[in-house]
Amino acid sequence: MKKFILKRILISVVLLFFVTLIIYGIMRCMPTSFVETKARELAQKPGAKSYQEWKAQLDAAYGLNQSVIQGYLTWASKAVRGQFGDSWYWNQPVLKKFASVIWYSFALGLASFIIEIFIAIPSGIAAARRQYSMTDYVITVLALIGISLPSFFFATILKWGFAIKLGWLDLYGIVGRMHEQLTPMGKILDMAQHMILPVITLSVVSIGALMRYTRTNMLEVLNSDYIRTARAKGLDEKRVVNHHAFRNTLIPIVTLLGGSLPGLFSGAMITETLFQIPGIGYTSYQCILQGDIPFVMFYMLFLAILILLGNLIADVLYAVVDPRVRVN
Amino acid sequence: MENEKKKQNKNMKLDDAARVQVLSPGMMVAKRFLRNRLAIIGLVVIVCMFVFSFLGGALIPYSQSEVFYRTESVKKDYAGATKIKDYLVMMKEGEQLPKDGYSKSVLAITTGKYNFMTADKKMMCLQDMGANVYLLYNGKKPIERNEIGMICQNSFTPYAPDMELSYEFCRNIMTAICEGKSVTEDGSYTIEQVSDSASMVKDKDGVNYAYVSDMNINAVASGEFLSPEYKEAVVNAIESGATDFTYVNADGTEEEYMISSKGGQYEIKRYQDSQVIDTYAAPSSRHLVGTDANGMDLLARLMYGGRISLLIGFVVVFLEVLIGVIIGGISGFFGGWVDNLLMRLVDVIYCIPSIPLYMILGSIMDYMQVSATVRIYMLCVIMGIIGWVSIARIVRGQILSLREQEFMIAAEATGISIRRRIFKHLIPNVIPQLIVFATMGLGDVILAEASLSFLGLGIKYPAASWGSIINAVNDSYVMTNYLFVWIPAGFLILLTVLAFNFVGDGLRDAFDPKMKR
Repeated sequence: MKKFILKRILISVVLLFFVTLIIYGIMRCMPTSFVETKARELAQKPGAKSYQEWKAQLDAAYGLNQSVIQGYLTWASKAVRGQFGDSWYWNQPVLKKFASVIWYSFALGLASFIIEIFIAIPSGIAAARRQYSMTDYVITVLALIGISLPSFFFATILKWGFAIKLGWLDLYGIVGRMHEQLTPMGKILDMAQHMILPVITLSVVSIGALMRYTRTNMLEVLNSDYIRTARAKGLDEKRVVNHHAFRNTLIPIVTLLGGSLPGLFSGAMITETLFQIPGIGYTSYQCILQGDIPFVMFYMLFLAILILLGNLIADVLYAVVDPRVRVN
Repeated sequence: MENEKKKQNKNMKLDDAARVQVLSPGMMVAKRFLRNRLAIIGLVVIVCMFVFSFLGGALIPYSQSEVFYRTESVKKDYAGATKIKDYLVMMKEGEQLPKDGYSKSVLAITTGKYNFMTADKKMMCLQDMGANVYLLYNGKKPIERNEIGMICQNSFTPYAPDMELSYEFCRNIMTAICEGKSVTEDGSYTIEQVSDSASMVKDKDGVNYAYVSDMNINAVASGEFLSPEYKEAVVNAIESGATDFTYVNADGTEEEYMISSKGGQYEIKRYQDSQVIDTYAAPSSRHLVGTDANGMDLLARLMYGGRISLLIGFVVVFLEVLIGVIIGGISGFFGGWVDNLLMRLVDVIYCIPSIPLYMILGSIMDYMQVSATVRIYMLCVIMGIIGWVSIARIVRGQILSLREQEFMIAAEATGISIRRRIFKHLIPNVIPQLIVFATMGLGDVILAEASLSFLGLGIKYPAASWGSIINAVNDSYVMTNYLFVWIPAGFLILLTVLAFNFVGDGLRDAFDPKMKR
């Protein structure tokens, strides 16, 4: 087991090297770079140096005067030591900015993850129990609608309905206008209120996949021999489904859910941007538009690590949960 | 029908081949698929979408980038009126006012010393006619003086736009008015007081000739001639304190004007028809879904946008399947270091977060000012290059398990070439999964393209796509007030993606040999 994990981590490091190299190369191709905009801005000030001089100075300061490979190696050697530099756009260390925004994304992800589990798994099982019944059709259609719903469109409908027509919730932002005057408890409630619409959006959009996954696996289990045996020996249907079938369905579900745990930190770029929740997704959206290389590089690296970590967790969990599977 | 069949069956022998309905595996799949109600609904929706986008786009009389205009009556400044407060000097023909003549005259009027000397030592004098009208003379004594001009606070408007009023005429009129006569000295014109400060001058035949008032009234548009009747109407309205008045113009149509006063200045406005771009027009018989921010017909844009969305979906999925099958096939069949290397490549691409990457590439294309058409192709290629990895994984996994099976050993034993073994024996066995995956992938690609266009990074103006149409909601005012702009596009995306998912789902069930139905 240890050997397996160690080998996977080593491979992951190699993968990350190539992933970051590709992203760094593409980022450097971005012509509307932050530096050029900044140099143009500085050159327009009265008595300033010319644009070329400013650009040369800033390029040197930001390490852009090197070739792509050199620049990447400089970045990577620092990144390995945990130094990701300062964000150009936010004017503060990348890690500090990251630490200040990640928890919004995590709260958003966790809330929708919990809602997703509590709705998707029971309904998926209900659909599988009565295959081709009305329940099954309704749940399948709803799940597919959830999968097919463009998140930006659904978010807009929610905003239109709840923020504009009903006026219950705010259109944008994480805090209300009177946030500073509230008690500490009130502040938390205020933020929670602003997260309602984004959480609904995220859960509805992602609920379908888990629902269908549960249904498919439950169907497979229900068709297996030991369920027939359980029924044959006269157990009532409730016990068959809840004890014999459900526990076996949990194997793939736990694996899937465990694998998606790191994803809770990855942020939802479109939803966060639409609701202007200052999480990691919205922050990096702004950074990408501004060409902020240090922050975007960090974000992409972070996402890649999350994906690899998710795969690793899923593989390990698969072996842990199901004793029939041997790690190799 | 049933009975006939039974009868037929009775006439047949027991071992008649016609008694047993033989279905090939493909027909079984088709039969199972056709029994799936959701899949059929999905298929119908997809066909409708194609008809809507491709046939509809060809039939609709508008193009996607045709801008529509509407005429709108806009309240526009028409004229301005001011009470004349400064003295105006009119000179006789051939006479010239000394440089400081004007200021000296005004000084003389205010001080009451009507004899004054200009800077170039010329004596001048004024004669008060009353009603703020003065005659200006050269010389000092009443006998030596000769008239050179008139100072007054009145404006003269001739009846015809191209007619000029002579000095003599104005002078005669003013003297007559000051003396309170209703006929000029030579008797050729009659004066009719029309209001406190304005008079109408008629010639001998009683035809209106000119209009005199103490208001200066000018049209805002240069070259526009304001007739004396119009001015009269304005003066009347101002004097009676009205805020609007109607005026029957030369064509006999009634025009409505509004007057607003601003510190002694009067602004006269009227509704004028002007052509404006027909933005956010509500759905009507001319524009069934209304128009967008650029005054383009939304129905046409939805149709052309559908073409692009569907087209991108198919092109991208084709690219994905092509690359995925080749890489996955090679990787699965050969195994070993080839497999290892290719799968690490798959892992690397799988690890690159797609949306941020699309955003970066989109802004690169923005900078390079790639045209809208090239952008569409670029988008297809980029999405294809990033999206093939999951297909490669599926194909590889399938082939890994298939190549261990007996029929492959048999194929190898018969000495078939490797290429034939991969493409004739292995790939066809993967095709069911591929078809299911591609159908569902079509929905995902359409969704991804819509998201990108929504973020403003995919399809750009003037080309339309469903996502870029919804992009209008970034303006909260549009979101609140113009539902017809973004709701239809959103539902089209939802319906199309849903339909592809229904069909994909139906295909998966149909291909599943364990299916009982």
